[in-house]
Amino acid sequence: MAKELLKGNVAIAEAAVRAGLEAYFGYPITPQTELLEHMSKRMPELGRAFVQAESEVAAINMVYGAASTGKRVMTSSSSPGVSLMQEGLSYIAGSEVPAVIVDVMRGGPGLGNIAPSQSDYFQMVKTAGHGDYKQIVLAPATVQEAIDLTLLAFDLADKYRTIATVLLDGNIGQLMEPAELPPMHEVRKEPPAWAVSGAKGRKKNVISSIHLQPEELETFNRKLQAKLKTIAANEVRYKEYMIEGAELIVVGFGTAGRVAQSAVKLARAQGIPVGLLRPITLWPFPEVRLSQLADEARGFLVVEMNTGQMIDDVKIAVAGQCPVEFYGRTGGVVPLPDEVFAAIARLDQATLPASRIPVLNG
Amino acid sequence: MTTLPVEQLVYQRPEALSDVHTHYCPGCLHGVAHRLIAEVIDELGIRENTIGVAPVGCSVFCYNYFEVDFVEAAHGRAPAMATGVKRVLPDRIVFTYQGDGDLASIGLAEIMHAALRGENLTVIFINNAIYGMTGGQMAPTTLPGMKTTSSPMGRDVETSGFPIRICELLATMEGATYIARRSLHNPTEIRKAKKAIKQAFENQIHGHGFSLVELLSSCPTNWDIPPAEALKWIETQMVPVYPLGDFKVVKN
Repeated sequence: MAKELLKGNVAIAEAAVRAGLEAYFGYPITPQTELLEHMSKRMPELGRAFVQAESEVAAINMVYGAASTGKRVMTSSSSPGVSLMQEGLSYIAGSEVPAVIVDVMRGGPGLGNIAPSQSDYFQMVKTAGHGDYKQIVLAPATVQEAIDLTLLAFDLADKYRTIATVLLDGNIGQLMEPAELPPMHEVRKEPPAWAVSGAKGRKKNVISSIHLQPEELETFNRKLQAKLKTIAANEVRYKEYMIEGAELIVVGFGTAGRVAQSAVKLARAQGIPVGLLRPITLWPFPEVRLSQLADEARGFLVVEMNTGQMIDDVKIAVAGQCPVEFYGRTGGVVPLPDEVFAAIARLDQATLPASRIPVLNG
Repeated sequence: MTTLPVEQLVYQRPEALSDVHTHYCPGCLHGVAHRLIAEVIDELGIRENTIGVAPVGCSVFCYNYFEVDFVEAAHGRAPAMATGVKRVLPDRIVFTYQGDGDLASIGLAEIMHAALRGENLTVIFINNAIYGMTGGQMAPTTLPGMKTTSSPMGRDVETSGFPIRICELLATMEGATYIARRSLHNPTEIRKAKKAIKQAFENQIHGHGFSLVELLSSCPTNWDIPPAEALKWIETQMVPVYPLGDFKVVKN
């Protein structure tokens, strides 16, 4: 298929449709509304389910119901709406049904604003719902990546019977870029053995997250953790830029990662030995690779569009081997490459080995 | 020649009702409601085509008592979950089984919007005027003056508001096709209740849209009344507040 000029939100919606999505449930919220609008037209056109729910609470529970039948289903929202979905996400995780959630982040806390932000890292990566669970978090930095990661989200959700999320800031949701959509995938015909479909010629299936006996729930939680460990071992994804010979490592995802890449390029032109690691999976986090880089690095700079959330995970990976500094803009402000460059230059100066500090004559 | 009488089986466990003991308290009417639903499922021949949605409350484990596929919803969200199931499997029969705390308090938005959308679902709503599972707290359906563990002086309408009449409320919604209130306090009413439940399932089979049957039920344990007296209490105290009847019947 040829490249076309696509808006991030619309590209994700169409990618999901082509991935074999059978039901979409959502509620309008800026800056993801184009996604819902696209679905409202496309899904009925294809004879598939679209419901504009009465709230995000209802939308996620519609997803839970439809996902219990083994069909490919999704919802999308933005930060305050995703906060409302946390109850449902916990139930979905506890029932191990596959579901795809798209979060187009805006500024918080509270009503905040509708400008691009990355302040949902905690609620998505650490999971804000109750109980011990994790969800796959995929963080695109371009419209093309948003399309590709939406397809991947459905495959991973099905493969592991888990929640897979696509986490982007409003900037990528609203941005128009040339990108290529996938061909139309077939919708799955037969339901998986675990799904509810009517107990015809088999024992009844029950989808539930309840385990009343403590030992029973502990057994379930351990089984869930074992599955999450497998995901963590197999599904880490990241991109590196100018990492060869880098003594300073910048870490940023999504739009912040993209801005950081420009800053790294500027810094390299000035002779600063810096490289970028851009996590694509925020969970599982590229902890092992960051730890390897920390063995040789002088310092890390974490760039985020929040007041410092992913930095906690970078610090865990670096484990005190070198300084981890932070540069962030918040409230919907997108950092400029010059600002990030200045932060890189400061880190460079602060971490120069004594032998390399220029001695002033006279 | 004399003919010996042929033995005829006139009463048995419905196929859709599981052969297990329930966790319900003595005198509780959930068992009666379960049996009626199971009989209707058998009579309509839909057991292998039905998906139930369980609530949070005393009937949280009702999926253990029916031989049909089941999903277990979060508190109050059964109509949303049922919407999700039904929209992707429109040829299956989907029903929710919900108590009054679940449906009329925390899940009020979900039930109203499912009715407004005319979701082709069957809802069985058990109203016993109290929260049973958590030990007898005030419900949205608790009668004025009724003592509960969270209204120990009796429900004071000045501070705790008034009971909610779900059937009267939902009957105003264009998407609803069958809204009826019945009671389980004596055999006559139980027979009427079964007829209404059957109607609610038949409506869905014929694709008519949203149907709800409210069943007045007792909670001897948390009302602190012996079971037989509790049945009387439904008749004398609840029925005047929650009149029985059909609130909406839309013929095809």
